[in-house]
Amino acid sequence: MSAETAEEQDLFEDVDLRGIKIRGWLFHAFCLVAALFGVVMLAMLILDVLWEALVGFAIGLDPITFLTSTAHRDPFSAGFIAAIVGSIWLMVFTVIFSMALGIGTAIYLEEYAPDNRVTRLIEANLTNLAGVPSVVYGLLALAVFVNAMRLGPVILAGAIALALLVVPIIIVASQEALRGVPDGMRQGSAAAGATQWQTIRQVVLPAAFPGIMTGTILALARAVGETAPLLMVGVVLESGLIPGDPFSRFAAMPTEIYYWAFRPVTEFHHLAAYGIIVLLTVMFSMIASAVYIRNRYERIR
Amino acid sequence: MAAEDGSQSTVDAITGDVTAADRRRNRRVRRLLFGCAAITVLTTVAIFFALLDNAFSFFYEIRLYEFLLGGEFSQRVSVWEFVAGTQWYPNHGIAPAFGILPLLAGTFLIVVLAAFVAIPIGTATAVYLSLYASPRTRAYLKPTLEILAGIPTIVYGFFAISFITPVLLRGLLGPFGIEVGRLNALSAAIAVGIMTIPMVASISEDAMAAVPDGLTHGAYAMGASKYQVAIGIVIPASLSGILAAYILAVSRAIGETMIVALAAGHSPNLTSDPLAEVQTMTAFMVHQVRGTSAVGSVEYQSLFAVGLALFLITLAANLLNDYVKRRYREEYR
Amino acid sequence: MATSEPTVDDLAPTLETNVAADEPPADAGEASEETVLHASDLTVYYGTEQALQPVTAALPEREVTAIIGPSGCGKSTFLRCINRMNDQIDGCRVEGKLRFYGKNIYDNDVDPVALRRKIGMVFQKPNPFPKSIYDNVAYGPRIQGCDDDLDATVESALRRAALWEEVSDRLDESALDLSGGQQQRLCIARAIAPDPGVILMDEPASALDPIATTKIEDLIEELAEEYTVVIVTHNMQQAARISDRTMVFLTGGELVEFDRTAKIFAEPEDQRVEDYITGKFG
Repeated sequence: MSAETAEEQDLFEDVDLRGIKIRGWLFHAFCLVAALFGVVMLAMLILDVLWEALVGFAIGLDPITFLTSTAHRDPFSAGFIAAIVGSIWLMVFTVIFSMALGIGTAIYLEEYAPDNRVTRLIEANLTNLAGVPSVVYGLLALAVFVNAMRLGPVILAGAIALALLVVPIIIVASQEALRGVPDGMRQGSAAAGATQWQTIRQVVLPAAFPGIMTGTILALARAVGETAPLLMVGVVLESGLIPGDPFSRFAAMPTEIYYWAFRPVTEFHHLAAYGIIVLLTVMFSMIASAVYIRNRYERIR
Repeated sequence: MAAEDGSQSTVDAITGDVTAADRRRNRRVRRLLFGCAAITVLTTVAIFFALLDNAFSFFYEIRLYEFLLGGEFSQRVSVWEFVAGTQWYPNHGIAPAFGILPLLAGTFLIVVLAAFVAIPIGTATAVYLSLYASPRTRAYLKPTLEILAGIPTIVYGFFAISFITPVLLRGLLGPFGIEVGRLNALSAAIAVGIMTIPMVASISEDAMAAVPDGLTHGAYAMGASKYQVAIGIVIPASLSGILAAYILAVSRAIGETMIVALAAGHSPNLTSDPLAEVQTMTAFMVHQVRGTSAVGSVEYQSLFAVGLALFLITLAANLLNDYVKRRYREEYR
Repeated sequence: MATSEPTVDDLAPTLETNVAADEPPADAGEASEETVLHASDLTVYYGTEQALQPVTAALPEREVTAIIGPSGCGKSTFLRCINRMNDQIDGCRVEGKLRFYGKNIYDNDVDPVALRRKIGMVFQKPNPFPKSIYDNVAYGPRIQGCDDDLDATVESALRRAALWEEVSDRLDESALDLSGGQQQRLCIARAIAPDPGVILMDEPASALDPIATTKIEDLIEELAEEYTVVIVTHNMQQAARISDRTMVFLTGGELVEFDRTAKIFAEPEDQRVEDYITGKFG
C-alpha cells in the first residue's frame, strides 16, 4: 500500500503544477470579478436612482403631483404627465411606421428575395444602418422632415426618427422568426396549390407571429428610452402642455429626464430620478411582456 | 366525345387563368415588400445626402442642391480649417473658430478611457461565461447583462453625474488631494465603458463558443489547465471575433450621445487630461441644437458638418467590423 | 365500371366522364384503363448532376402506384416532378414530358400553382399548419376560393381520412396537439379536401409507429377507390401490401422496372430488381 503510494509519487515527481495552478487561480478570480462587475454596476445604478428618488421624497417632492402635473419652473409643482403622454404618442406612431417597414422588409428578404447583388446590398446596408449612431437619425429627421418638409419639431417627426432607428432591430428579429418556421409547412402549403403570398399570409406569418411580436416589443423598449434623436428633432424641454395630436410639439420621458438632470438645481435631479423610475418601469414591463409572449408560444418551434 | 371533355376540363383547370388573380396579388405584394426593403437602403442614402447637402452650406453658404442648380456660393469656412483647426467656437459672435479637432479629441479621449473599462472587463466576462460559469450561473448572469445593455443611455448619464463623479471618483481620488470637477471626461467615459461591457462580452462569447470542441478537448487531453486552454487556445482561436466585438464597441462609444452630453462637459478642449471637461462631436450636437441660432446660419449648419464627420467615422468603423467579422466566419467554415 | 359508384362521380366529376367513356386512350399501356399520368423520357438535373435517368411510364387511374428503391435513387425526385414541387429547388431542370390527362405539365401555359390544386401531396414528416384542425383541412378549399359549405367539405375529408371520429369534438383545437399518426392523417385530409384526383405521398408512414402505419395503409387502400395514389416508400413490404403497381428505381435515378406489384415481387424481369427485393443489394 505505502509502496504503491511512493511509486505514484515518483511517477509524477517531474510534474510541477504549482505555478500553473496559482496563475490559473488568479485568472479564474479575475474573470469572476469581471463578470460580477457588470452585476454590481447594475445594482449600484438602480440603488443610486432609488436613493436619489428617496431623497427627493424626503425633501417633499410629491409623487402624485409628479405623475399628474406638467413640467414647471418650481420643482415642487413640476410633473411628468406631458412627457408621459408625449412618449405614448411617439410609441403609437413608431409602432405603425417601424412594424410596416421592418416586417415587410424581413418578409421580402426571407421569402422572396433572390440571391443576387441587390439582395446582398440590402443586407449589407442593414448591418450598416444598425451601427449608425442614434443622434444621426435625429439629424436626418431634422434636415428632411422638420426643416425641408416644414413639418416642424412635432411628434410625427420624432416618431419617424425613432422608427427608422429601430427598423434594423425589428428586421433582424423578424428574419429570425421567419427562419424558425419549418420548411415543411411552406412546402405543404405550396403543394396545396397556394401562391407564395397565400403561403406567407396564411401559414408562415401566423407561425412566426410570436417571434416577430417579441422582437418588435423589444425594439420599442429600446425606442422609448432614446433621447438624442428627439433632442435633434427639437423637443420642448420643459413641457407645460399635454400634446393632443401628432402635429403637436412635445416632450418625451427621456428628454424631460435629460433636462432635469442637466439643470444645476439639485431638486430637479430628484425629479429626474422619479422620471427614470417611471421610464424603467415602462421599459421593463415591455421587456417582460415580450419574454412572456416568447415563452407562451415557444412550442410552435 | 365524353372522355375528351373530361380531360379537357382538367387541362383547362391547369392551364387557364384560374389562379391569375392570386398570382397578380402575389406579384403586387412582392413589389410592395421590395419597396419596404428599398426604403431601408434609401434611408442610408437619405442620411448621407441630407448631411452632405446641409454640410455644404456650412462651408459655402448655399446648399449643395442650390450649388448644383447653378447658385452662387461664397466660402464661409474652409474645409482645411474644419479638418485641421484646433479651436472650436462656432457661437463666438466676433471671432468664431471652426476647427473640429477639439471635438475629435474629446471623442477620442472618451473612447480610449471607455475602452480601458469595457475591453478587459468585457473580455474577461466572456471568458468566464464560456469556460468557468456553471449553467446555473449563466442563467442568472446572461439576463443581467442583457438588462445592463437595455438601460437607456440617459440613465447612464444620470448615473455618471449622480454617482460616478461625486461618490466613486471623489471617494477614490479625493484622499490623494485630486480635485474632481462636477463635469469631467473620466466619469462619462466610465459610464460609456459600463454601457459597452455587455456588447463586448456577448459578441466575444459568441466567438469563443464558435471555437471547435475538438481544439479545446485536444488541449485538455494534452494536460492543459483551464487557464492554459483559455489563454493558449480559446482566445487566440477566437481573436478576430473578439476584435470585431471591440470595433463594434468603439463604434458605439463614438456615437454615444446622452452620457457625454450630460457628464463630460461643454468645453471643446483639446486635452488629454481625463479630469478635464471635454466636448465630443455628439455632445456638441445636442448642446448646439438647443441653442437659438437660425436655420441656415453658419453655427446652425455646423451641426450637419459635425454630423457628417460622425457618420463617416462610424461608417468606417462599421465597414471594418464587417470585414473582420466575415474573415472570422471563414475561419470555421 | 364507374357507373356503379355514384359517390365517386359526386366527388370527382372530372374523372366521371373519362371513366364512363369506354374509349381506350391513345397512348395508355393497358387497354382497359385510363392513363392519368404519362411520363415520356422525363429527366431531371440538379445543376449538372443528373438525378433522374429518362423515365417513361404510364400511371393508370384509381390505382396505387408504389415507388421503391434505395435512398438517393430518385424516388422523391420523380414524385416531386408530378406536381412540379421541383420548381422550388434552385438549379433544378426537367427535360422530357409528363402528361396529365394528355397535357404536358411542363408546357409553358401550365400554371404550377393551379396544377397543385389538382394534385394533392402528403409529405414524409407530418406538416400540419399551426392552426386549428378545422382550418388545416379547410386550407385548400379556402385558398382556392371555394368556401361554400366548408363544414361539409371538412367533415367529408376528415371522414375519408378516418380521423373524424377522433377529432369531431375538438375541431377548434390546435392541430399541433394531435399525435404524430393523427397529424399525418390530418395532412391526408388536408390533401384530399379540395378533391384533387391524384394524391402523391412521400414516405407518409416513415415517421410513424407501427400502429399508426397500419392505419395509414388501410386508409391508402380506401383512398384508391376514389383517387389515383402515387406513393414513395422505402418499405418493400408496404409496397407489396398496398400497391397495384410498383416502380423500382435503382441507384443513379434509373427506372429499372415498372409492372404490376404481384409480378414485380413474384418474378421480376431484371436481376438487379430481384437482388434488391430479396435484400442482396441496396
